[in-house]
Parts: sequence; C-alpha cells; structure tokens
Amino acid sequence: MEARRTSRIPIDPKVRQVGFFAPGALRDRSQSGPLGLSSSPPVSNISPAGNSLSPVMIPPPRHASDNFVLSRPLAVPVSASTLRPPAVEDRMAVGSYDASELLLGTSASSRIGDGEFSEDYSVFFRRSSSGKFASSLPSGGFDSTAMKINPPAVVRAAKKPAAVIEKSGGAVAEMQNELPTSSKPLKEKTTKAERRALQESQRAAKAAAKGPNSGGNKPATASGAATPMKEKASKAVKQVPSSVAASDKKGGERIPEKDKKKDVPPPRMQFDDKNRVEKAKRRAVVKPTEARNRVELFRHLPQYEHGTQLPKLESKFFQLDPVHPAVQKVGFQYLEGDIVGGNARCIAMLRAFQEAIKDYSMPPEKTLARDLTAKISSYVSFLIECRPLSISMGNSIRFLKNRIAKLPLTVSESEAKDALYSDIDRFINEKIVLADKVIVRHAATKIRDGDVLLTYGFSCVVEMTMLYAHELGRQFRVVVVDSRPKFEGQALLRRLVAKGLSCSYTHINAVSYIMHEVTRVFLGAASIFSNGTVYSRVGTACVAMVAHAYRVPVLICCEAYKFHERVQLDSICSNELGDPDVISKVAGRADVNYLDNWRDKENLQLLNLIYDATPSDYVSMIITDYGMVPPTSVPVIVREYREHLWI
Amino acid sequence: MWWRSASFILDKGLNDEVQDESESLRVSPSNTSMADTLQNPNPKISAYYQTRAAHHGVVTSDWLAQAQAAVGRHPDDLPPPKVEDSGKPFSVIDEFNSWRKQPDLAEAVAAIRALASVIRSSQATTMMELEIELKKASDSLKSWDTTSISLTAGCDLFMRYVTRTSALEYENFNSAKSRLIERAERFGEISYKARRIIAMLGQDFIFDGCTILVHGFSRVVLEVLKTAAQNKKLFRVFCTEGRPDRTGLRLSNEMAKLDVPVKLLIDSAVAYTMDEVDMVFVGADGVVESGGIINMMGTYQIALVAHSMNKPVYVAAESYKFARLYPLDQKDMAPALRPIDFGVPIPSKVEVETSARDYTPPQYLTLLFTDLGVLTPSVVSDELIQLYL
Repeated sequence: MEARRTSRIPIDPKVRQVGFFAPGALRDRSQSGPLGLSSSPPVSNISPAGNSLSPVMIPPPRHASDNFVLSRPLAVPVSASTLRPPAVEDRMAVGSYDASELLLGTSASSRIGDGEFSEDYSVFFRRSSSGKFASSLPSGGFDSTAMKINPPAVVRAAKKPAAVIEKSGGAVAEMQNELPTSSKPLKEKTTKAERRALQESQRAAKAAAKGPNSGGNKPATASGAATPMKEKASKAVKQVPSSVAASDKKGGERIPEKDKKKDVPPPRMQFDDKNRVEKAKRRAVVKPTEARNRVELFRHLPQYEHGTQLPKLESKFFQLDPVHPAVQKVGFQYLEGDIVGGNARCIAMLRAFQEAIKDYSMPPEKTLARDLTAKISSYVSFLIECRPLSISMGNSIRFLKNRIAKLPLTVSESEAKDALYSDIDRFINEKIVLADKVIVRHAATKIRDGDVLLTYGFSCVVEMTMLYAHELGRQFRVVVVDSRPKFEGQALLRRLVAKGLSCSYTHINAVSYIMHEVTRVFLGAASIFSNGTVYSRVGTACVAMVAHAYRVPVLICCEAYKFHERVQLDSICSNELGDPDVISKVAGRADVNYLDNWRDKENLQLLNLIYDATPSDYVSMIITDYGMVPPTSVPVIVREYREHLWI
Repeated sequence: MWWRSASFILDKGLNDEVQDESESLRVSPSNTSMADTLQNPNPKISAYYQTRAAHHGVVTSDWLAQAQAAVGRHPDDLPPPKVEDSGKPFSVIDEFNSWRKQPDLAEAVAAIRALASVIRSSQATTMMELEIELKKASDSLKSWDTTSISLTAGCDLFMRYVTRTSALEYENFNSAKSRLIERAERFGEISYKARRIIAMLGQDFIFDGCTILVHGFSRVVLEVLKTAAQNKKLFRVFCTEGRPDRTGLRLSNEMAKLDVPVKLLIDSAVAYTMDEVDMVFVGADGVVESGGIINMMGTYQIALVAHSMNKPVYVAAESYKFARLYPLDQKDMAPALRPIDFGVPIPSKVEVETSARDYTPPQYLTLLFTDLGVLTPSVVSDELIQLYL
C-alpha cells in the first residue's frame, strides 16, 4: 500500500504521457521505494483479486467494441450503472482500494471536461463513442454541455475498477486485460516469490509502456509482458526486462486492440499514443505524414512533414462537403502559414464561422443548438488538423459554443443566426479591437521621452503601441530583436521605419549586448496562464530573462480574452512543433547544407518549438484591457471576468 | 472592498478611550499660516509636503512649547466646517481646507468629507447633475495638489464607492441623494476609523522583546506602536532621523512620551543597525497597483537592506491610499519636490536631488496592514481590480 502510493505520485497521467521517463530509471524508482510487496498488495492483487479482476477488464462504455468479446458481458452492468455505488463498493472491499484513491481518480477525470481544448476533446469523444454508448444517445447531436458532463462519469466508471489493482489507469490497465487469460494460474495459491515476480513484471511492463515508444506499443508491451508471466510467473523476474525489450522493438507492428483503451482520456490529444493517433488519422480530412526523428521529450505533440498536407487536401477538395468553404479556406491559410498571430488567427476563424452560420440551415427534426454545436465542433476539428488551436482560438470557441448553448429554444432559426452573427461581431470588436485600443493607451503612458524600447518578434499590439506613442510625439528609439527561422521582426521593422521611428535591428544572439541600453521591454503574448506564466513566441522567455538580469522592466501586452485558467510551469507539456526543416536550412545560403539529409541520421533530432513559457518572476507588468496589472492578478481577472468574457 | 472593511476588529471595544487621549496630546498647528488659496502658493514645494510640514511641523526648540500649549485642546474645538455657509457660494476647496486643518485628519479623509458635503449642499435636481457636480469637485480637489497620491486615490475611491450603485436610476432623486449621502458618510466613517483598525491588526505582529525600525513619521505607524505599548508589549524602537524634514525626531519624541525605549539613528545608519532589528515598520504615501508603496525618500533603501538581511518589512497604510498607479521604476512617478536645507550655502553649480519620495517594489515588502485586513502585496491589485472594473 505504501509503495503503491509513493509511486503513484509521479504517475500523474499528464506527466506520464510526456514520455519523459527512461524505462530503467522508472523501474529503479519504483523499486527503491519501501516496497511492501510481500505484504498487503499481493493479497489484494492476486488471490482475492483473482475474482475481482474481472471488473478491471471492463472497458469503458465508449470503448466497448466488438472484438472485445471476453469481458463484454461483464462490461454491461457497470456501464449501465455507471455510477451505481454498490457495484463500486463490492470492489472496494477487495482491500487495496481506499477513499483517497477514489478521490484521486475522480478529481483527475473530472478535470477533463473543462480543459482548454475541451472542444477538441468533445469532438474526439463524440466520434469515438461507439456501440451502445452511441446508440443510447442521439448520435452526432451531442450538446457540448452534455459532453462536458459525460466524460467524468464514464471515466470514473472505467477508473474505479481499475483502481482496485492499479495505480492510475494507463499502461498497467492494459496489462490487466491480459490477466484474465492468466487468471487461472494466478488463482492458485501463489508463493511469495511468485507474487513478487508478478509485481515486478507488472511494473516492468508499465515502465516499458512508459518508455521511449510509450503510447505506441502499449498493447504490445502489455501482452508481451503478460505472456511470460502467464507461463512462468514464478521466475519471471529476470526474464521480464528482456521480454520487455523485445516487445519494445516489435511494439510498432502490433495491431492495437480496441479494448486496450481503458486509459483516462487526456484533456488534449497526446500524440505519443498511437491508438488515438490512428483513430484520429482515420477520420482526419488532412492526411499529414508524420515527421521522423522526433525529439523524445516532445513526442506527445503532433509533428508532421511540412508540405505533405496541402496536396492531399487539394485532391480531396470536393469530398470535403461537411466543412464550410469559408472554414476550409481559413484552415488552408493556417496550414500554409498565411495567417499567423493569435489575434489574426482568431479573427479569421470567427469570421469564417460567421459565414458558416450565415449559410447554415437547420436540418429537420434537430434542435439548432445541438446541431450547430456539432457543426462548429467538426469545423474546429478540421482546423485543428490544419494547425493546433491557439489558446485565443480555444477561448473564443468556448465563447461561441456558450452563446449557442444559451440560445433560447423558442427563438426562430433566422433570429438565432442573426444573434450569433452579431455576437461574434461583438466579440471581435470588444475583446480584440477595442481591447487593443485600451492596451495601447495604457502602454503609451509607460513610454517616456528618451526611452529605448526593445521588442521581440512581431506583436501587433506592441506595434500599435509604438506607433501611437510616436503619434503622441514621444521621442524614443526602438530595438527590434528577431530570430530565425521566421524573422517576424523584419515585418515590424519595416512598418516602424516607414512611419519614421528610429530603429535598431538585431538578432536574439545579441540581446545581452544590446540590453544595457534598453529602458523598457515590450512583448506580446499568445496566452497568459493563471500563475502569471506568459506563453509566447519561442525566445520571449530568453529576452525577458536577460531583461530581468539587466533590471529592465518587462511589459507584456496581452488582451484579456487570451488569459487562461490553466497553470503551466514549463514549455513542454503544451506547445507546438514547427517544421524542423526550416531550422536545418539557412535561407539564401546554399553552401550551408550540412544538415540536408538529417532525416536519414538516426541519432539526430531537430526541435523547432513555436512557443515557450516565461515564468512570472521575469514579468514586471501585464498590460491588458482591464488596465495595468501585476502578473499575480491574472487569476483575479480570469475569475472575475469569466462570465464577462463568455456572455 | 469597503464593505469588507475589517472594522469588526474595533468591536472588541478594547482601548477606545486611548484615542481621545492621544488626540489631545497632538499639536494642533492651526495657527500656522495655511495656504487657503485655490492655487498651490509655492510651486517649488509639493503641496502635499506643505500640508505635512504644517501638520507635523519641523521639530524645533519651540516645538515643545507649542505642544504644551496645545495640550488640552481637543480637535473638536477647531472651527467646524461651514456647510450651510450663508453668503458665499460653496467651494469644495474651502471645505477641504477647513477639514484639513485638523492635524489628526488625513488629507484624503478631509477630501472625502469635503466631497460628502458637496453632495449635501448640492442644489442639483437630477442625478446626472449631481454626478457632474461631484466630478467637478473631485477634479478640482485633485488638481489642487496633484502630488498627493492619497488625495487623488481617496477622491477616486469616493467617486467609485459612492456613485457605483445600480439601484440609483430607479429611485426618485431625493431618496437617491440621501442614499448617496449615507454612503458618503459611511465611507468617511470607515476612512476615519481606518487608523484604529490598522492599529488593532498591526499590534499583533509586535512581540515582546522585539526591535522595530521605523522610517519617517507616519500617523498610522504611530498608532500601531501606541496601541502595542498600551497593550503592555515590551519593545524598542529605532527611529531614523528622516532628513530633510526630520520626521524621525518627532516620532522619537512621541515614543519617549509613551515610555517606549527609542534610539535615534541617522538615515545612513540603517544597514549598520539592521542586524539588531526584528522588523521594519513604514507608512505609505500611496500604495500602488503592483502592491509596492510610494513613501518618504529612504524607504526603498531600508526595504532593500531589510530584504537582504531577511527581516520583514511591514507597511501600515489605509486602503484609501490604494492608487491606480503602476510605476515601473523610481522615475516613473510624478515627482514631489521638497527643499532640503543643508545648513551651508550650496554652490549654484551643484545640483540637489529634491525628490521627496521613492517607490518600493512589492518584492521587498512582507505584509501590508490595511483596514481591509493584513494583506500580501499582490492582494492590492486584486482589490483595485474588483473595485474599479
């Protein structure tokens, strides 16, 4: 019990899927704990659990699929009574289950519904719901709010039985599925050594599943590890590592079985989970080719070979009937990088939705709110395929869905469409255009005569601020810091110079040199999280830290609609990967071709991150439409103006 | 914000009689020549510091004599504000000045009272008219002394608090007006009581045997120390000299009167004595949105020294000093100037830094004692956001 709890802590689902742990290291850790192996866990694990293992195999209803014959009958009662307490209590009596585990499981799962990309999730959820779950509800007509309520319940149902033997869902859950086949030998009285061996093997299997190829070969490792365990559970200890290693290699080829997915669905799609990726691919409109040689730490993020998407899309142009042309156009523009920047992307998306809503006609026998939400969701998933959503887009989609959900039932179709149309207009005007104006006013008060302002990349709010201050007649100089590969600063530079500002231009390599003459640093942001962390173009954190070291105030200009209640500490958990080719090539230098065939080099991985996270310590001030606030006040704004934003 | 005032702390009714006693001990420099004109008479000196000089005086040899003469004179003896002044038209500045003469009344509280009497004496017949009138009055008060942060902040908060009520539009004018007056008076009351509340909250942080470093003269800090002394806490106080207006001398005098062991330091001896100090107490001219404070020159360096030696820095400030300002650095404020007497003539080529105050960033402050409760610096912004938006 002790060992279980201690090892549970690092196995938070989110962390697990990052693919951060080397297999060996994890096993070491789990072994180093005060293993109560010989005491209570085996008992709960094997002898009594031999009977109660069956609930563990129950797939969550949404995954109940045809090929999972064995446990299907067992699945029925549980899924029918998703939350029925007695069924749970039976299993709780088994021993290794306690209230804290229950809490942990439920709280982890109930978080899912309100994730930032919850629409992403709900789309996924709706589509993947199959079998009786789908049939019990009108397919395709899911209300988004209903979706948000449903997942925790379903997940809990899946989770509770799993928690009987398990730490936290995931990899070992899959292995448990194998256990029924081996449950007979296990039911016999096992010796201490045997039980220990079993535990070891389970742990090893889990560690392997978490390893380099983590999600992809989960089923493989599970079955691979379980096979020897079934045969010779008594002396498996030494054998397991090798079998794990073996299964590691062939993991990729194994056909994923559908019942393997007892896992708690993560709030966002984790792209190191091959099952999901497969599924997502099957329904995807854009069929991207996955990039090779990807950096281990960032496998949970999608990365595709650049330039493979558009031709395929074009060939499919006439098959894409469910997606409105306006949305399609915007999606392609995202794909090609024609529209960049949080505000621009958000506005483009909202305008496209406006068009789509205008052309929308409600099918008979459907309610507008549900059908339209589903439509929007499908558009959103199309856009995600083109490029992952920005947080600003996520927030505005939330707004839109909220508006749709709040439409009164009595309102006629055309009225509803008009209302939504003007709602979107209002959102763009109030939350983006006007907000920018307010920010510019505020920011200009912080520019004095004789200042030297530094900015990084291209933020349109920062540009407007500088132009406004220039119009006010302030005498200041601007240092534009830029970086490869996008050179966005050049666009800013061109505009500022055209207006007659005196500018310097340098690359981020020289930022520590130039910083001593700077008096203010103005930066834009893609999002600001609740802990004050600023999520922005990669390189921003570097500039902010250098500025902090030189005691130059760092001002972040960001509209409040980009604030997000999530807390993020690093740039790893959620980020976006760009095309690795652009960092391997140097524009205009054909002679620099050392990395031309980097794809063939097994031991070379290129990482082109799009965003990074700046800790709030390096931020002096956040200028937002609610005024100038310290980074500690972001949660206050998120909390106080949540409704404000959504209504 | 205001309805959450921590005034319950006063309901304990502990030593309320002390207050009257202490007030009677105060100097009332009503005989000082006070600039009663609409314009700041001496643009070289910030009006804020003129008021302070009038209230606190510079400790001189005849200061004690004055103080003696003042003993027994209650502030209530001062000429009451002429609300129903028959002949001449009502002027908010006159009203403000008459309140301001009370040495124990903070400038912002005087302004709040003056604004309340604007509502009372207003001849407006519609809500809109009244609001415009109020706005004008507060603007003229603010422009009377642009350097005083608490005056500006107090006026702004008054406007926010008094006029921000949704029910106003649905009532008839008279009841709305009486409601405004009621709110204004409550606001004035809370502001007036603030110092007592802070004293009650702050004295808990003083423990027996501690050494407190105090910079400058702040009426709130004095109140805290006085309350602690009356509660039989044993502590000693280090007072900085507080150049150039020597406010520390005045505080040390007050401490001596309370029989609190007190030591006077020159301003440059702060780091030297910081080892012995257990906590630093300062007041504030204004509390800004970042949670930092703007206070008398020297506060920043004391906070820096205290921070580097891991000593807590406590700020006692009434919540009407919360201002919607966000200075990024020392120069990012409206300067408040104050002449400095060096005792010898200064050659004309030598420049003198006459700025009277500095900005202490929030990371160097430990806690703020306010009438809203004991706050960390980051809460200031939260309160301001909730009030203003």
